Amino acid sequence: MQKRSEVRIAGLGGQGVVLAGKILGRAAVHDGKSVVQTQSYGAEARGSAAKSEVIIADERIGFPMVRKCDVLVVMSQNALDKYLKDLKEHGILLVDESIVREVPKIKAKVFMIPATKMAETKLKSKICANVIMLGALIKATGLVSQQAVEKAITKGVPNKAQKVNIHGFRIGLELVKP
Amino acid sequence: MGKMSTTRFWQGNEACAEAAIVAGCQFFAGYPITPASEIFEHLARKLPQAGRITIQMEDEIASLGTVIGASWTGAKAMTATSGPGFSLMQELIGYAFMTETPCVVADVQRAGPSTGQATKCGQGDVMQVRWGTHGDYVSIALSPNSVQEMFDLTIRAFNLAETYRTPVVLLADEIIAHMREQVVIPPSNQIEIVNRKKPKPTDKTFFGSENIAPMPSVGEGYNVPVTGSTHNEYGHRFTADRTVHEKLVKNLFRKIRNNAEKIVDYETYNIDDCDVGVVSFGCTSRAIYETVELAKERDLTVGSVRLKTIWPFPEEAVRNIAQNVKVIVVPELNMREVFYEVERVVHGAVPVVPVNKIGGGEMITPEELLEEIVRSVKKID
Amino acid sequence: MTEAFTVREYLRDIKLPFCAGCGCVTVISHFLRAAYELGHKDLSKFVFCSGIGCAAWIPSPHFKADSIHTTHGRSIPAATGIKLMRPDLNVVVFGGDGDIAGIGLSHLIHAARRNLDIIVVMVNNMIYGMTGGQVAPTTPLETKTTTTPYGSFENPLDVPSLVVTAGASYAARWTTIHGEQLKEALKKALTTKGFAFVEAVSPCPTAFGKRAGFEDVAEIIRWLRENSLSLEEAEKMAAEDLVKKIVVGEYVDRESSTFTEAVYKTIQKAEKSAKKK
Repeated sequence: MQKRSEVRIAGLGGQGVVLAGKILGRAAVHDGKSVVQTQSYGAEARGSAAKSEVIIADERIGFPMVRKCDVLVVMSQNALDKYLKDLKEHGILLVDESIVREVPKIKAKVFMIPATKMAETKLKSKICANVIMLGALIKATGLVSQQAVEKAITKGVPNKAQKVNIHGFRIGLELVKP
Repeated sequence: MGKMSTTRFWQGNEACAEAAIVAGCQFFAGYPITPASEIFEHLARKLPQAGRITIQMEDEIASLGTVIGASWTGAKAMTATSGPGFSLMQELIGYAFMTETPCVVADVQRAGPSTGQATKCGQGDVMQVRWGTHGDYVSIALSPNSVQEMFDLTIRAFNLAETYRTPVVLLADEIIAHMREQVVIPPSNQIEIVNRKKPKPTDKTFFGSENIAPMPSVGEGYNVPVTGSTHNEYGHRFTADRTVHEKLVKNLFRKIRNNAEKIVDYETYNIDDCDVGVVSFGCTSRAIYETVELAKERDLTVGSVRLKTIWPFPEEAVRNIAQNVKVIVVPELNMREVFYEVERVVHGAVPVVPVNKIGGGEMITPEELLEEIVRSVKKID
Repeated sequence: MTEAFTVREYLRDIKLPFCAGCGCVTVISHFLRAAYELGHKDLSKFVFCSGIGCAAWIPSPHFKADSIHTTHGRSIPAATGIKLMRPDLNVVVFGGDGDIAGIGLSHLIHAARRNLDIIVVMVNNMIYGMTGGQVAPTTPLETKTTTTPYGSFENPLDVPSLVVTAGASYAARWTTIHGEQLKEALKKALTTKGFAFVEAVSPCPTAFGKRAGFEDVAEIIRWLRENSLSLEEAEKMAAEDLVKKIVVGEYVDRESSTFTEAVYKTIQKAEKSAKKK
C-alpha cells in the first residue's frame, strides 16, 4: 500500500456514497491510520450529484481535499464523466455497471461491479449498492482490513440495517477476483 | 470520557459538540443555519441525556440572549451559528463583553457577504469577530484547523470564557466543521477544565476589575444589577461620567490584553532558516505542510506560523518570522483580512503578499500556494 | 400582614429617574405591593429582566434584587435562559411598549407560544419616550409624534389579544388609574402557572402628552378615564368605535402545562433513553 491513498466515491444523492466514505474512513481509524473524509452534495437532498472523499495515510494528513485520486468509485454516468480525468494514471476505477455501461479505454485498472443489480436481487434493497461497491473496493485495493470495515458498519449504521449492510459488503468482496 | 485515551472518528461539528459536553456546557441555545447546525443537532441529542438543556430559539439574537441569561445563573453556556446569524449576534456580543458574561459562540464560517454561498467555505468573518460589535471591544477568537482542534479548542474556548469572563468565539470554517477525522480524547484527568471564580459572601464588587472580578449568579442573594450601560464596580449605571466609563472600558481591555501572552496560541513549522514565511489559519493552513515539501523541490525553504488564536493576534510570532524571511505570504479564503493584521505587525520589515481565493468552497491548494510563493520571491529577487 | 408596606424596603437608595407624572412610578408601587401581599418580604426569590426604554429602568438598578438589564428588546431571551436554569425563581420582565411590542415582539410571541413561566409587565406609554417621542407600535391612530408630525398612520397593536392567541396562560390590560385592578392583575400574574402578561397603560406627559396635544398629566389621566372601557362593554361595540379606546380587563386566565415542565420532562425522557443504551 502507498503511504497516502486518495479515494473518491461519486454518484447521486440517495445512493449512500457519503455513508460509504464514512464507513471507509471509520475503518481506517480502526486500523490505526490517519484519515480525512469529506463530502459534497448538490443543493437538493436527493438525485443531484454527491461525492465523498477519503484520504488514508500512515502519517498526519495536511491538505484534506482530493486532487488526483488513487481510487475512483463511480455510481453514475455523470460521476464518471466528471471525475475520470482526476484518476491517477495507474489508479483503480470501480464502476457500478448496472448504472454505467461504458467506460473509455484508460490505463487504470478497471473493475465493473454489478452493485445495484446485486443489491436489488440479493438484498432486495437498492440502497445497499454502496456497501457492495465498498466491498469490491476493499478487495481491489486492500486499503483497510475486512474486520475494520465490518466494525465500522456496526458502529456507523442503525442496528436494524447492520445485517444487510454487512451481507452486502461481503457480496462486494466476492465480486472482485484476486 | 474515561481513564484511558480513546480515538473517535468524528465530524468537526460533532467534535465541537462533544467537547462542549466535556467542558461542562450546561446550556445551549441555537437557531438552524448551514454549516453549523450539526453542533446543535448533536447537542440536542446528547445534552439532555446528561440532564442539561438545549433549546431552539426564534432567531440568533434570542439564542445568544438566552445563553447570556443562562450564564448569569452560573451555567456554562454556548451557541453556534454562521455568518448571517453571527451578524445578528453582534450587539449581544458587545453586551456580553460589557457585562463580563462568559459564553462561547461557535461561528462556522461560510462564503459571504449576505447569504452568499451558504454551503461553501469562506474565511471572511475574521475582522467581523474583531470589530463586529460597536464601540471599544477586545475579542478572543480561536481558529481550529482539524477535527482534533474542533475538540481541543472548544474546550479551550469555554476555559477562556470562564477565566476572563468574556465571550469567546470559536472561529471555525465549513471545511473543518464538515470533515471527518480521528480525534484522540485524552483521559479525563488530563483535560483541563476551568470553572468560573465565584464571589465570597462578603464580596460586593463584581465588575470592571482588570484582575477579573468574581461573578455572582442570580438567585444567590447578591442582588446584582447587570447592565450593558456604563457601570461602576457594583454594577450601578453611570451614563454621563467620563471617568467611570474610561475606567470600566480600559479595565475590560486590560483583563484580556494583560493576559494576551497566556491566551495567544500558534504553531510554527519549519521556521528555522526559511526564505519565505506563510501566516495562515483554519482550513487554509492545511495546505502548508505539503507546500513546504513542494517548495524544497524549487530550492525554497518555507516556514509557517499558523494562528490558533486569531484574536488576540499572535504578534510576537509574526514579528519573529518577519526577521528571518524575505517575504511573508498570507493565504486566506477572503478578500484580505488577516493580511492587513500581518502587514500592521510586520510594519514594513518585509513585503507581505496576500493570496486570496473565494467562492465554490474551494481551498487554496498546496500547488497554488507554492506558485504564489515562487512569484512573490521572484518579485523581490 | 402585621408590618406596614413601604416601597422603600424593596428599593435601593437611588433617586428614581422618572419624570413628574410618569406612570412608571405607579407601576413600581403596585408591583411591589402585589409582591408584598403575596408574602414576599424581599425580592430574593425574584430575578428581573429588562431591555431599553424608561420602563426598563423600573427594576434596574432600583429594586434590591438581581436584575439583568439587556440590550433593546432582548429581555425575554435573557429571562428564558434564567427561568430554564432556575425554575425555582420568579422571573419578571419589565419593559415599555417599544421594547416589548416593537423591537422585541417576536420574543414575546414565542415566550407566550411556549407558555414560558415568566411574567411580562409591559408599561404602555404609547410612545418611544426615552428617545424623545417617536411613534410606537401602540400609538393611537392619528397621534402626532416626532416621527409622525402629521399624525400616526398606522394601526396600533392589541398586545394582550396577541399573547392570548399565542398561548399565554394569563393576560390583562389595565391603566395606571385602575390601581386596585392593576395590583390584583399583577398578583394573579405572579401566581399564574405559565406565561403571564400584564399591560399597564401609562401616562407619559413629557414625550407623549406634549406632542399628542395634552396640556398636562391631569388631562392625560382624564383621557385615560374617559376612553377606558371593559371587555364586556367593548364586546357590544362596533370595531370602528373601538379604534381609540382602551379596553381593560382580564383577557385570559387559564391553566395549561408550562415550558419549564416540558423542558424538564424532555430531559427525563432523554436520560431514560441514555440509561437503556
